Amino acid sequence: MDLDLLAAEREVAAAVAAADVVDPVGSRIHREVGGPPPVGTEVRAPAGVVAYDPAELTVTVGAGTTVGELTAVLGEAGQECALDPRDPSSTIGGTLACGLSGWRRLRYGPLRDRVLEVRFANADGQLVRGGGPTVKNVTGYDMPRLLVGSLGTLGVLTRVILRCQPRPPEVRWGRTDEPPDAVRARCFRPSAVLWDGVTTSVLLEGHPDDVEQQRGEAGVEPLEAPPRLPDGEHRGRASVPPAQIGALGRALGALGNVRWLAESGVGTVHIACDEEGGLAAARRVAESTGGWLLREAGAPGLDGFGVGLPNAQLMTRIKHGFDPRGKFAPGRLPFALDAREAAST
Amino acid sequence: MRAEPLELSLYGRDAGVDVGEAAAVCFPATADQVIQAVRVAARHDRAFVARGSGTGLAGGATPVGRPLVIVTTHLNQVLEVDQDQRLAWVEPGVFNLDLSRAVQHLGLHYAPDPSSQQACTIGGNVATNAGGPHCLAYGVTAAHVLALDVVLADGSVAHLGGVEPDQPGYDLRGCFVGSEGTMGLATRIAVRLTPNPPAVRTLLLDFTSIEDAAATVSGVIAAGVVPAALEMMDAEITRAVEDFVGAGYPRDAAAVLLVELDGLEHGVEAQVEAVRTVGLEHRARTVRVAADESERALLWKGRKSAFGAIARIAPDYYLHDAVVPRTRLVDVLRQVYAIAAEQRLTMMNVFHAGDGNLHPLIVFDAREPGIWTRVHAAGDAILQACVDAGGVLSGEHGIGLEKREAMPMVFDAADLDAQARLRDAFDPSGRANPDKILPRGSRCGELAVVPEGAWI
Ligand SMILES: Cc1cc2nc3c(=O)[nH]c(=O)nc-3n(C[C@H](O)[C@H](O)[C@@H](O)COP(=O)(O)OP(=O)(O)OC[C@H]3O[C@@H](n4cnc5c(N)ncnc54)[C@H](O)[C@@H]3O)c2cc1C
Ligand SMILES: Cc1cc2nc3c(=O)[nH]c(=O)nc-3n(C[C@H](O)[C@H](O)[C@H](O)COP(=O)(O)OP(=O)(O)OC[C@H]3O[C@@H](n4cnc5c(N)ncnc54)[C@H](O)[C@@H]3O)c2cc1C
Repeated sequence: MDLDLLAAEREVAAAVAAADVVDPVGSRIHREVGGPPPVGTEVRAPAGVVAYDPAELTVTVGAGTTVGELTAVLGEAGQECALDPRDPSSTIGGTLACGLSGWRRLRYGPLRDRVLEVRFANADGQLVRGGGPTVKNVTGYDMPRLLVGSLGTLGVLTRVILRCQPRPPEVRWGRTDEPPDAVRARCFRPSAVLWDGVTTSVLLEGHPDDVEQQRGEAGVEPLEAPPRLPDGEHRGRASVPPAQIGALGRALGALGNVRWLAESGVGTVHIACDEEGGLAAARRVAESTGGWLLREAGAPGLDGFGVGLPNAQLMTRIKHGFDPRGKFAPGRLPFALDAREAAST
Repeated sequence: MRAEPLELSLYGRDAGVDVGEAAAVCFPATADQVIQAVRVAARHDRAFVARGSGTGLAGGATPVGRPLVIVTTHLNQVLEVDQDQRLAWVEPGVFNLDLSRAVQHLGLHYAPDPSSQQACTIGGNVATNAGGPHCLAYGVTAAHVLALDVVLADGSVAHLGGVEPDQPGYDLRGCFVGSEGTMGLATRIAVRLTPNPPAVRTLLLDFTSIEDAAATVSGVIAAGVVPAALEMMDAEITRAVEDFVGAGYPRDAAAVLLVELDGLEHGVEAQVEAVRTVGLEHRARTVRVAADESERALLWKGRKSAFGAIARIAPDYYLHDAVVPRTRLVDVLRQVYAIAAEQRLTMMNVFHAGDGNLHPLIVFDAREPGIWTRVHAAGDAILQACVDAGGVLSGEHGIGLEKREAMPMVFDAADLDAQARLRDAFDPSGRANPDKILPRGSRCGELAVVPEGAWI
């Protein structure tokens, strides 16, 4: 099975080598992230879970595998990988390329901490491996972290080794009207503490008796279903210093026309509204609290990131080093377009 | 700034075996002074090397090509602690253990706990992506670094990462962690602080065969338990430690496992029972649960005194650091002992079993003629065995100078070329800690042959 994956990876690499412009695609759920989708050769990563040993707590997958498929395979052994995209038909490669972590980040950390090894097709059509298969590894530079969040601008991910974990025996949501900071202080390692300005929702995981006890100590009532992420035609995600969540929430509340849900202790705030102007206003609020807002959906008039990329020069040098002709996903990140223009003049 | 012969020789190496030569050594006390030092080096087209405490074992801080050595030990302030948000801003020269001590009264600690934590710096930890016993559950340094101020080789300053959860673009902070000073010098670091767990249990399991101990390691993980720490010591080291500190380890055990479980009370109790069951299934002779804090501290003292204990056996030791998939531990350990026997060397093993991070330790007397040849031969054979088992060259000490020529054992030309491109993006001049990590010839098209008269 592994050999089949390698053969499929080589095909991906050959397709990349032959193309002038490469558009890496997964399940096409987030095609417009970072900029308009590039017009070029669509390249897809191979799919399939190729190696999984529960005692190792690692799993090797083709990057085109969907999160849903991976979840099912790990679930059979009582394990999971805390990749929590909204849509389980997202591919592992697409999820990593977008680099956004799910809402259990408070406990399990960001997505990038879960990736041990990556293989990708580079601009010359070679397969490049970075990281390593073991849970601990400082053998060379941390390539996996470079690729996570790179939005397909550095290469096409073909194979990934992820870290998994045992599934907690009990998983329970609860709710309270207490402020999120107070709830967080009373719980030990809650998986998520979400706040919409009125209600605080808490996700507790672990031994059933501990979960029950924590719920008592934190004074939370049972909640049947997790809170819904705000929905609307125009959506964004703010990233602010976690200490600013309260201030941001109050300011968003004052806007009146936006719905939001904040990840307390993390600093992520999910925002939705029905008018495009709402998202722009929310962005100004996020920026005034020392953060920024990423456009997720809708709001065609709004720039994807809204802020200049930090360390743009450094990032541009990385982009040029990996993709001198600007072949990968031109337009996805601001400098990705520059690279192509520079190459064509 | 110093250039006296004593200083130069003092800073000519780290705790590893490789020796280099510094042109000068400086001890900046502010980030501005670091910038000045790097600019002076740039003006003279001279390389520079960041150095924390020099406890690195892979020659990462060893000066190659007479660079300027920039020592961070005077940059040793904890600048800010935010209890609510559980983070601290620190200068790079803060000792690892001092940071945990500084936040202890808040019920917090800094999770990565290398065995050298009394002496090593946070800056050095960041640069090597250090790990420690508790990294099995809590993750290595990379998972605890939020943001960094970095002086690049041209003297400019970059702010990498941030206390906000995401930044647009590439994860440069992630690239910097573990880059062993080859991408610049960190002058200010924001780290995550971890709440102290409400319940902690420490267990000592002892076995009459090393195979049983290693199988218990995999068995525990397969049973759905991820301990906070899972350390293993073989017969030789157990006896040495017991003679040294009297921690109550059985002197006749073939191997002992030190297991720590932490979290909330019920979960911890259930895990204690799970570990006991798995241990007994694999013929553990005894399963001892520390009754109180002082017994717990004593069990840990044994593990943490391992290096001190060795000093009483032989004057020199060579500590290896390679990782294998956890399920290959038994097999690789067997090969390690065979290699030791073949080279007529005393080999001890004390290591992070839960991570598969082996630390074969060769003890010897460097005055014995021809001994280095055997020590090196054993080291190479061990690395090969680990790589053949699907492992990697280093789990926590880094590649540095020591293992850079071994990099092609795990990476092919395209892999190394990509890594070289990443390094070049951070430091096109190549002046930040040159000749570390990547072997010469890593860039495709670069001359693989070292020219005549080169200083290497
Ligand atoms: C701005 C933004 C908003 C988001 N909003 C949501 C949301 O509301 N709900 C939700 O569930 N998730 C969201 N995510 C996360 C993301 O949707 C998922 O991870 C998922 O949609 C991506 O999976 P996909 O397979 O559909 O990828 P696609 O939508 O096909 O591609 C997404 C990106 O990944 C790149 N890519 C895909 N495959 C590869 C590969 N093999 N190698 C390299 N690059 C690749 C593409 O080039 C593109 O840049 C968001 C992400 C971003 C960046
Ligand atoms: C007895 C013993 C036990 C050990 N146990 C462990 C262990 O359990 N886990 C573990 O991970 N390591 C361990 N080590 C190795 C060592 O302690 C770690 O690698 C440590 O992180 C090095 O810190 P340092 O301050 O001594 O750095 P140094 O040795 O001075 O430098 C190490 C590297 O970091 C770079 N560097 C230092 N400061 C900076 C900075 N501010 N900016 C950029 N680069 C910088 C240097 O250039 C060099 O490449 C052990 C060492 C010994 C001697």
